[in-house]
Formats: sequence, C-alpha cells, structure tokens
Amino acid sequence: MNAIAIKDLAKIKKKRQAELELGEPGPWRARVIVHLGTCGLSAGAGKVLQAFQELIKGRQDNGIQLRVAGCGGICSREPVVQVELPGALPVMYVEVSAKDAKRIMEDHVLGKKVVTEKLLAADDPFFKRQVFIVLRNRGLIEAENVEDYIAQDGYAALAKVLTSMTPQEVIQTIKASGLRGRGGGGFPAGVKWETCRHAGDERGEERYVICNADEGDPGAFMDRSVIESDPHAVIEGMIIGAYAIGSKQGYVYIRKEYPIALEKLNIALAQAREYGLLGDHILGTEFSFDIEVHRGAGAFVCGESTALMASLEGRAGVPRAKYIHTVEYGLWNKPSCLNNVETWANVPIIINKGVDWFTKIGTGDVSQNPWGGSKGTKVFSLTGKVKNTGLIEVPMGITLREIIFDIGGGIDKGKKFKTVQTGGPSGGFLPARLLDLPVDFDSLSEAGSMMGSGGMIVGDEETCMVDLAKYFISFLLEESCGKCIPCREGLRSMHAVLDRITKGEGRKGDLEALEDLSKVMIQSSLCALGQSAPNPVLTALKYFREEFDEHVDRRKCPAGVCTALYEMSIDPAKCTGCMVCLRNCPAGAISGAKQKPHVLDRTKCIKCNICYTVCKFDAVRKE
Amino acid sequence: MAVDLSKVGEIIEKWEGRKDFLIEILQDVQDAYYYLPREVLAEVSKILEIPLNQIYEAATYYKAFSLKPKGRFTVSVCQGTACHVQGADNVLSSFERELGVKLGETDKKLDFTLEAVRCLGCCGLAPVVTVNQDIFAKLEPSQAKKVVEKYRKTPQR
Repeated sequence: MNAIAIKDLAKIKKKRQAELELGEPGPWRARVIVHLGTCGLSAGAGKVLQAFQELIKGRQDNGIQLRVAGCGGICSREPVVQVELPGALPVMYVEVSAKDAKRIMEDHVLGKKVVTEKLLAADDPFFKRQVFIVLRNRGLIEAENVEDYIAQDGYAALAKVLTSMTPQEVIQTIKASGLRGRGGGGFPAGVKWETCRHAGDERGEERYVICNADEGDPGAFMDRSVIESDPHAVIEGMIIGAYAIGSKQGYVYIRKEYPIALEKLNIALAQAREYGLLGDHILGTEFSFDIEVHRGAGAFVCGESTALMASLEGRAGVPRAKYIHTVEYGLWNKPSCLNNVETWANVPIIINKGVDWFTKIGTGDVSQNPWGGSKGTKVFSLTGKVKNTGLIEVPMGITLREIIFDIGGGIDKGKKFKTVQTGGPSGGFLPARLLDLPVDFDSLSEAGSMMGSGGMIVGDEETCMVDLAKYFISFLLEESCGKCIPCREGLRSMHAVLDRITKGEGRKGDLEALEDLSKVMIQSSLCALGQSAPNPVLTALKYFREEFDEHVDRRKCPAGVCTALYEMSIDPAKCTGCMVCLRNCPAGAISGAKQKPHVLDRTKCIKCNICYTVCKFDAVRKE
Repeated sequence: MAVDLSKVGEIIEKWEGRKDFLIEILQDVQDAYYYLPREVLAEVSKILEIPLNQIYEAATYYKAFSLKPKGRFTVSVCQGTACHVQGADNVLSSFERELGVKLGETDKKLDFTLEAVRCLGCCGLAPVVTVNQDIFAKLEPSQAKKVVEKYRKTPQR
C-alpha cells in the first residue's frame, strides 16, 4: 500500500463501508462479531471464534461476515458475540461457548430467530447509562485493519488539523474543551501542550510527545482495552498533539504485562507508516513525526513521569523531584509532553465534533478556568464484588451509586456493599453513606479519595479494610524506588504496624502512629508515590475505624480474612455430608462419613479457605 | 558451564545498539536465557559501552529481571487489587503447596518458578493466574492441582 493523500481518506472510507455493508446489493446477509480482548481470550473466546470459522467454512454461500473486535466491555460475562442481520439492531450474546456457536449460527444467523437464553437485552442496565466517546469504535473495527478505522472517520481529525488549523488553534481548541489528564492527575491537557510548545520555542529545542501506557494501578485495565481495541485512536491523538506542540518524535511506554496490546499497537504503527499517516511528510504535508515503543519491565513507579522518562533513557526508573517540570525539562532534558492513553484517545473526536459538543458532557464550567469542571467521559474498570464487572465509559458527574448498583448490578452473591476503592494505591476508600457523590476530578478528592486513572474496586462484608490497607502499603513498599527516607522507611514502618495488627498483635497507639507517619510521608516524600501512599490507610481509618479497633482491641477480624483472627467450623445443621470439602482439604482437617455432618479439626486447619469456597450449602463458618 | 554468548550480538543488533534500549535488550536476554547471567551482562556492558554497575542497577531495579535461573514454566499469580479482593492470597498458597516452593522460588528440577505479578489487566475475571503465555481466569484454590499437573506432564524442551 502506498502512502495516501488527504483526499484518499474519504475514498477509503466509502470503499470500506461498502465492502462491509450488510444486505443488498452486497454479498453479506449476516455479520458475526467475536470479541477477542484479553478478558475474552482468557474466558475461551478463541475457541468460540474457531467454532464459527469451522461452521462458516463448510458452507457454500458465504454471505456470513465473521469479524473480530477488541474488548466487549462486560468482562464477567465473556465471551461476548454480536450478531447483526440487515435491517435489525445488533444483538449481543454473552457467556458464549463453542457449543453455543452452533446454535447461534443455526437459529439466529440462518434461521433469523434470536437465541433468548444467551441474550443480553438491548436495554440491559450495564450499557444503558454508558456513553462511548473514547470507546467509540467498540465492535465496529478490527484493530489490525487501519481501513476499518478510516471507515469510522479515523484520521479525518488529523486531515482537518493539517489542512485548516494552525498549531496554536489546535492548542486553543484542546484548552477550550476542558480535556483534563485521564491518568489521574487531571491537569488540563491544553495548558500542558501550550507550556511545552512555549518552552521548546523559547529555547529553540526539539520536544517530545509521550504516551503513558504503563497503567500500573493494580485493578485498572482501561488503557489495555483501548490499545487492544482501537490503537489508532491513540496514534491519531498523538500525531495531532505533536503537530500542535511542534514535535518530531513520540514515544509510547507500555507495560510489559500487556503483550496483546503491544502486538496490536505495533501492527497499527506499521500500517500507519505504510499509509503515510505516520513518518515523513504525513498525508503529503510538510509535517513529519514518528513514534517509538518502549516496554516497561515491571516497575509501578515508572508510571510516574520522571521515572518513566528515566526508563526511556535506558536507566533504572528512579523519579526525581518535580520542582522543575518535565514539560520544560523532561526526556533528554528537552520539553516533553506526557499524556495518558485515554487522554490521547479523546483528542481526535474533540477535533471532529468540536468544543461545544464536548463541553456539554460532564460537570462544571471551563470557559474561564480550565480546572473549573470535569468535561467529557471517564473510562472505568469496574471490578471486585459487583455482579457485572467490566470496562465502562460514563459521563463525568454520574454518581458512585449509579455506577455500582445500576451499571454494576449491585453486589454479587446476595452480599452487602461495604466500600468502593478508586485511584489505585494513591486513592482511597469510600463508605456506603457517600455513594451519592458524583464521580469527577474534584468531588471524590474532597472526601479524601480521588477518581484516579479509572480503577474502581468494590468490596463487600467479606472484605477486610485492615487487610486491604495493608495490601496497598505492601504493594508500595515493594515498588518504592528507595531513594528517599520518608517513603522508604515510612512504608516499611507502616507495613510493620499493619502486619502486627492483622496478626492480632496490635498495640495501643498503633493507629495514631499510622496517622503520624502519614503526615510525614505526605509532606516530605520526593515524589507522588510516597506523597499519596498514606491515602488508602487514612481513608480506611477515617471511615472504618471501628474495624481497626476490632482488630487491635478485640483481636477479631469481622470479615473473616486475617487468618489469625477468626476460626473455622462446620455448622452441623447445614452440612449435608456431601464429602466435597473433605476431599478437597489439603491438610486432612475434615473428617466425616457420607451424609453425616462433617467435623473440622482446628488444630490441623491451615485456613486455606478451600472448604469455604467449595461448600454449596453455606455450612462452613468463619468467626 | 560456559554460557553461550552468541545470541547477545543478535539481540543488541535488533535494538540498533542503542544505549537507551537497555531495558528492552535486558528483556530479550531474559527471554533467551531464562535469566540474566553475569557473563551475558558483562558482554552487553562491553558492546554497549555502559559500565557494568549501571547495567546491574537496571537489572536489579525492575521486577521482570531475574539474576537466578528460572524454571521453564513461570506460574504468575496476579496480586492486583481486584484479584486480591477475590482471594488471590488463597490461590497463591494453593500453588505454593502444589509446587512445593515458596513465592519467588524455583523448584529443584527447574520446572516451575512461582511469582506474583501486579495486575495483568484481566480484573473482570479475577482471580487470574498465568503459566507462561497461558491465562487461567476465575481460578479457585482447589483448581491449582489440576493446572500444575497439566504442565508437569509436558515433556522437556
């Protein structure tokens, strides 16, 4: 494929749309889309695809269009398959097995009758409140085909920018849109671009555009899904940003734990170069820009901008103090504009649809102050104890309650909501009474938490707040670069205290010590890792202090998580004597005969919890 | 036993001999040798003209790198927040029992290395475990035995 000119974009769009169109006069009478994101694949979507491939291969009239897409969104019910017939709305099937493929093929694709048992209703609450801006191309494109992206107006924004906008106009547009950093910091992107451009122009230096795809927050996978499903959205955003800032070289720093995303990204970059959308003389203009990819190597702190840039330079990813901003002195000491994957993916659609359209979505007013509101949508990875875990995109300002109970379907297995954690290790826990808080850059911070990059984890009555607080501290303890004492030693001390508490060795004054250590770390750590590390602990103490008191004073773990602080037993009234727990117990701690109540020997029990998870009669007690 | 250094030149050439690709180079070395042998790091230091101590700084900083030989199968139990909340600790202890090693260790036959990984981004299907490139989702502690047996049966490379 030769490099294309700007006028070719419209031609390719028309051609590709015609190639894929369902119904007369084209050959296609049905479309089957199998979602193959990482979640789908781990749930068995690969076998489902194979099944459809076999079923279609055997047919004479190949009017069935089989396509793959990225993330299906509703992760807990993967594999997801969509079926589209001409003139009808697309139908979504969930939890599809290879066997179901045959039925869907025969009944729906050929027989035009929907398979109701596997259906997700069109008005299912999971999708109802969602607004797809970043995820606009879900299900519509194959990530490995740039022409699919072009058919959905891909690269039209780039063409518009290159032919009718100056770099200054692009910067002003992004400023006026109120787009704020989606990586968690919420810094207005337009202001960042402007500062970077200015620094580069003042010093007459080259400048760099960087995409932070490290996504280190455990529990977050928004960026993974965007890159796997629609890598060109990110690439196009970066090219537009590079034009605005005057950059010739860009970098994507992507986490090594995302091999599929990396593969799709590399394919997309190669295609973009092939079509002349990236590289020298982009779309036949004077503007040249290319992108290089670097993998992370397992360091959470490399999501921090200065550490990330050190890693890009081939060094250990150790952060430095940020009284000198990276936007002025960043990679190789040059002005560098670092933005998150989701931020970049927003850029093309803002250019295409305009500031007025974007500012209607979200909260606040950004006309005078770029920090005055939270415009647009936010992608969240909703996980934990909700019925519907998955990847969602919602307008800013939606409440936590609507996300967790409407979209998420409420708490799974009939349990009760206890807490929602957002912002990863820099964020905090919120209790039930704050569920009506709107989700945006500012409201959650006022309550002590933060919206963060999009990880949202829900806990129920079996989630121990002390254990979770310790979890975040032990994570950060391992990930701390070790350079500054407040973070390195502060985390070590906090961990020691929390560890003692979870083992039933809590002492009077422990909780106050945690609060003191927190103050020191917040005020004097060198980088945001240490500065924000106390947040989960402080919010846990603020909203769940009684639970900490139970652990310290009464040596009990009400949630049944801290192994030293609960005992296991079998309730003879509920036990049916089915022997399942007995057979699965690795410690030989359960004895009993068939259909007679079993007995658990606490002296042998290692609290592996296997009996608790396999018992179907709720007969295993933890108290 | 002498380490075969022939792959090193190839790896460095793939990354254009650029110093700023050190992290990528070390990842390819780790994939080729199952760990970072000292002799290989010394060779990388020589070719790229980076002091050996700087290479060790990077090699010991990032979790992806191992200075000790790893098993042919790396069992990674995800310890991300969503997996933790769904019982990843119990899944981990299950694998410790089945493999007879503690977290971070490799068994004597160099078959299995047990590691924790912080977030594979598969949170909707927690708890998640990977064995090399294979992903196991919604894994219960009681299923660890079957998973391990499947790989034990695989013949040596």
